[in-house]
Amino acid sequence: MRAPTFFASTVGKKIVMAVSGLIMVGFVILHMAGNLQVFEGAARLNTYSAFLHGPAGEALWLLRAILIIALIAHVVSAYQLTVIDRAARPVPYVKRELQAATVASRTMRIGGVVLLIFIVLHILHFTTRTLQPAPLAEGDVYDNVIASFRIWWVTLLYVIAMIALAYHLYHGLWSSVRSLGVERGRLNPFRRPVAITLAFIIWAGFTIVPVAVYFHLVS
Amino acid sequence: MNFTLRVWRQAGPGTPGKMVEYKATGISPEASFLEMMDVVNEQLTLKGEEPIAFDHDCREGICGSCAMMIDGMAHGPNKGTATCQLHMRSFADGATILVEPWRVRAFPVVKDLCVDRSALDRIIAAGGFITAATGGARDANDILVPKVAADLAMDAAACIGCGACAAACPNGSASLFTAAKITHLAELPQGQPERFRRVIAMVAHHDAEGFGGCTFHGECQIACPKEISIDTIAHMNRDYMSATAASREEKAAGGTG
Ligand code: HEM
Ligand code: FES
Repeated sequence: MRAPTFFASTVGKKIVMAVSGLIMVGFVILHMAGNLQVFEGAARLNTYSAFLHGPAGEALWLLRAILIIALIAHVVSAYQLTVIDRAARPVPYVKRELQAATVASRTMRIGGVVLLIFIVLHILHFTTRTLQPAPLAEGDVYDNVIASFRIWWVTLLYVIAMIALAYHLYHGLWSSVRSLGVERGRLNPFRRPVAITLAFIIWAGFTIVPVAVYFHLVS
Repeated sequence: MNFTLRVWRQAGPGTPGKMVEYKATGISPEASFLEMMDVVNEQLTLKGEEPIAFDHDCREGICGSCAMMIDGMAHGPNKGTATCQLHMRSFADGATILVEPWRVRAFPVVKDLCVDRSALDRIIAAGGFITAATGGARDANDILVPKVAADLAMDAAACIGCGACAAACPNGSASLFTAAKITHLAELPQGQPERFRRVIAMVAHHDAEGFGGCTFHGECQIACPKEISIDTIAHMNRDYMSATAASREEKAAGGTG
């Protein structure tokens, strides 16, 4: 491993972003599957939670450690690349007509900041229960979810964050495979069905929970 | 046809510049953008004003010198063409057209629309070559090259080093240029003996020149007059990973030409 060369370069930093991003995508998919158990009732969701915090406790901490490292690596690289990229064009164009960049690709940075704020709030909300928009009890995940998402602004906050996640993942999923060196041997950059489908599934799978609770489809 | 031009005028490196308005009148729709600029410059000269400095040479899309940001698009609105291959019929009569130099830190403005693109030459000097034995030239078809590799190398080799990729990139990255050169040589037998040290050296030099990183916006590929694919960037990244993360050394048999 030629580590100093690798980590100093724009290509190395981008590869760090791709690997850490994909680790987080893997987690996000597991997390979404876990959440969807809310539709199977209180017993099912609370049993799952008890399993994670009980028998799977050590694995949970290992996973958390991996995620924290991935998050730090991702955010630090994003910051460093942003600084390098900004410096590369000190004088802006009077007029610039973008021809290929998508809303998703152009909002990676601002969307990333939204996600970072969301991740902090989300952990303070359900994990540490430091923030209690509604009274939350330890161990009763199901009731905590119901109580929280009956509040309109909590639901709205989560819905907005998941839109940011969907856009971030639409570009991120497409881009990361290229960062990691997978090529298709074709010119057209707009055919990205796999990234769109995955981003949509992740968006829908997360958004449906707060929305269903808010509209009393789950109680 | 008649046009209103708003062109960046700057007397020399480091001096302040500004957009200045000019009228281009009686322009043939068949005129290329550079010929239109020639007409404007002739009129300026007759009036005793300083003509607009712009780079040009071949005027047939092969030398890569006619760098211009036209209406916010590198080489103008058409796909797969350089400024010299852009014709005035592509614009509406009476249109106002903005013309700016490439805006990249690594391409300092020399004068008006002329920028210094030697940063790209220095990336090549860092490793974008093969080491070849001197002596009698071998027959070109002496070394077998698989068809697919030959095609990929040929597509990448179409790069004329115009700098449009970096000019169009929201991050000011010359990744497409660097990747095209790396892909070109990495696909061919002659490129193998130096394949991994080449990618390390060229990427390091790309960064040292102050270009940004790739976010895969895809702007470079649209701007490229040779329509080089961003797949070359994926190729560069893969070789870069092999060379750095896996510390791969060259061992594939190659051949010098
Ligand atoms: C926590 C705050 C976050 C910030 C500040 C952030 C920022 C960014 C930025 C700026 C990029 C584009 C980098 C570039 O190409 O220059 C990016 C790419 C990416 N992000 Fe994030 N992000 C965050 C969270 C996440 C999360 C939670 C996930 C996954 C669930 C994720 C997945 C990805 C992926 C897959 C990429 C693509 C990497 C590549 O193109 O190679 N990010 N992120
Ligand atoms: S003048 Fe040579 S490419 Fe345009």
